Amino acid sequence: MSILVNEESRVLVQGITGNEGTFHTQQMVSYGTVVAAGVTPGKGGMKLDGIPVFNRVKDAVDNEGVNVSIIFVPPPFAADSILEAASAGIGVIVCITEGIPTLDMVRVASFIRSRGIVLIGPNCPGIISPGKTKVGIMPGPIHKPGTIGVISRSGTLTYEMVDQLTRAGLGQSTCIGIGGDPIIGTSFIDHLRRFHRDDTTEAVVLIGEIGGSAEEEAAEYIESEFNKPVFAFIAGQTAPPGKRMGHAGAIISGGQGKAEDKIAALERAGIRVIKNLGSLGETVKESI
Amino acid sequence: MKLHEYQAKEIFRRYHIRVPAGEVAGSVDKVIESARNINGPPWVVKAQVHAGGRGKAGGVRIADSLEQLKQAAKEILGRPLISEQTGPEGKRVTKLLIEEAVEIERELYLAMTIDRSKAEPVIIFSQVGGMDIEEVARVSPEQLMNEHIPFDMGWSPFVAKKLAYGLDPLPGPNTLKELTNIISRLYTVFMELDCSLAEINPLVTTKKGDVIALDAKINIDDNALFRRKAMADLDDPLEKEHLEREAAKYHLNYIKLDGNIGAMVNGAGLAMATMDLIKMAGAEPANFLDVGGGASEEMVTKGLEIILMDEKVKAIFINIFGGILRCDVLARGVLAAAEKTHIKVPVIVRLEGTNVEDGRKILEESDLKFMVAKDMNEAADLVTRAVSITV
Repeated sequence: MSILVNEESRVLVQGITGNEGTFHTQQMVSYGTVVAAGVTPGKGGMKLDGIPVFNRVKDAVDNEGVNVSIIFVPPPFAADSILEAASAGIGVIVCITEGIPTLDMVRVASFIRSRGIVLIGPNCPGIISPGKTKVGIMPGPIHKPGTIGVISRSGTLTYEMVDQLTRAGLGQSTCIGIGGDPIIGTSFIDHLRRFHRDDTTEAVVLIGEIGGSAEEEAAEYIESEFNKPVFAFIAGQTAPPGKRMGHAGAIISGGQGKAEDKIAALERAGIRVIKNLGSLGETVKESI
Repeated sequence: MKLHEYQAKEIFRRYHIRVPAGEVAGSVDKVIESARNINGPPWVVKAQVHAGGRGKAGGVRIADSLEQLKQAAKEILGRPLISEQTGPEGKRVTKLLIEEAVEIERELYLAMTIDRSKAEPVIIFSQVGGMDIEEVARVSPEQLMNEHIPFDMGWSPFVAKKLAYGLDPLPGPNTLKELTNIISRLYTVFMELDCSLAEINPLVTTKKGDVIALDAKINIDDNALFRRKAMADLDDPLEKEHLEREAAKYHLNYIKLDGNIGAMVNGAGLAMATMDLIKMAGAEPANFLDVGGGASEEMVTKGLEIILMDEKVKAIFINIFGGILRCDVLARGVLAAAEKTHIKVPVIVRLEGTNVEDGRKILEESDLKFMVAKDMNEAADLVTRAVSITV
């Protein structure tokens, strides 16, 4: 099994005719993802590599039965695209776009949370259930089907960790990049709950970073309810306070969001925190 | 993006949040000239730099005469202000804010920000003002009042009343009215300008019943600057380190740090983790540089050039996990930079991911001396070795 997406997912690409949208549609298709439709307003009726393009998300739902959407729309219009997908009844939405204004996300979060819609991102690499489907921009070949669940706030750092797992012979059930922005659709805890219920997943790797308190909240949840082994890595131990380290959400402010506090909270909850970036794969392998 | 105090106060004035009468001056003569337009003595002189702890660092003075004012301006202007938040080099002061002095009855704290985990704006109010609010949160958290404003509720005046009537002792009716008005106006400022923080510390009351923002801090959400042109225009380039300014021109995410190992990485998370790895290997990172997931050859070249402009750099670590950015593109960018700039320091390269074989081949066939690491552990060893040679 896997969580949220699998071989039955029928994927819609919003912004399919843009550079990134087109490139990653081809990448996803070659991985085996069923990309059933695309949306670009004004380009309805055309086809991209045989994939029908519609003007509206509603048309893609009605005609192609899409149930997962991935968004490659520029920041000023991305919140609108998320809301369009949500209004059209799509239950799992992945937003790759980086740079969406925070107040737009306040509005989006309020809408999707009240309706039980799963939003992954924004500012994320997406989600992959190895061997089944890839709804994201991560390199497919580094993944391998297996039993480790991965949840991360980062992009390339996740690739690094997944690559180490695969090299150590450890496949993954599902890998999710939840996004590097201050407001994201789903948290570590949301996905930990899903991995908790997923029989295939035997252990989880959490990849966190400085800023906010998502890791501390995850630690609390894991201690009280989660009974599979968890391994964690926190990036940004050397980051200076007050500076935005690339990700809009990665900033130590008002004495909050420091790596050392996150590591301490995770360790208090009995979670194995890996300090050395190069040793994640081996450590997980030795421990399970 | 951070605004200066004087810029934030200008905005407050427009939204009818009262601030002390004041003017900005960039020279001692202009300071004296400004003082003639402002009630005083006494006057208050405040250094306009983006740094907390200005008061303790001597960046805020009270002058009881023109003579004292002149003296204070001379001492602060053109010199670096070193506070606990500026680092040892400090920040050069180029502008002063001269204000009328206010007779303070009570000091309060008012701020608005976004609660990340709830995804809602929150107003924070306290009757302990003028102090470091993190200290208040630590020592007496019961003194902080929080009110969230859920999106589906929106603004409602009870929120301001709930906060203002939480004061003990309760101020007079005029002050209360003025206070609730200011809370609601701060909400408007925050929402209309896409703020990530709007803070008044202290917000003071006077015997006459006035409520005045004695200090002002506004941060604008960087992601919203495309639709807040007027705010983007307020950006002060002098606040950025010169290499950071250079990097921004090429849309490179570069932050200058104090160490001597330059780092070039794709992706923010991996860049932070790479800095940590350098530290664990016994060295200090010279910078954070994320060339981005989809960097071009030119961006890689520029990134490397900027790292090399930092004279402290004694070795460079290039750590790329190719996804959208292919390893062959990275390798060509590195070679292009090497052609333009004479690289005298050791370069450690660790490549993985898309087109890694092509990338490694391009580097191996060049005349440049690279140390190629096959994984993170080997990279860490090479960094340690580079450090022991250069120290």
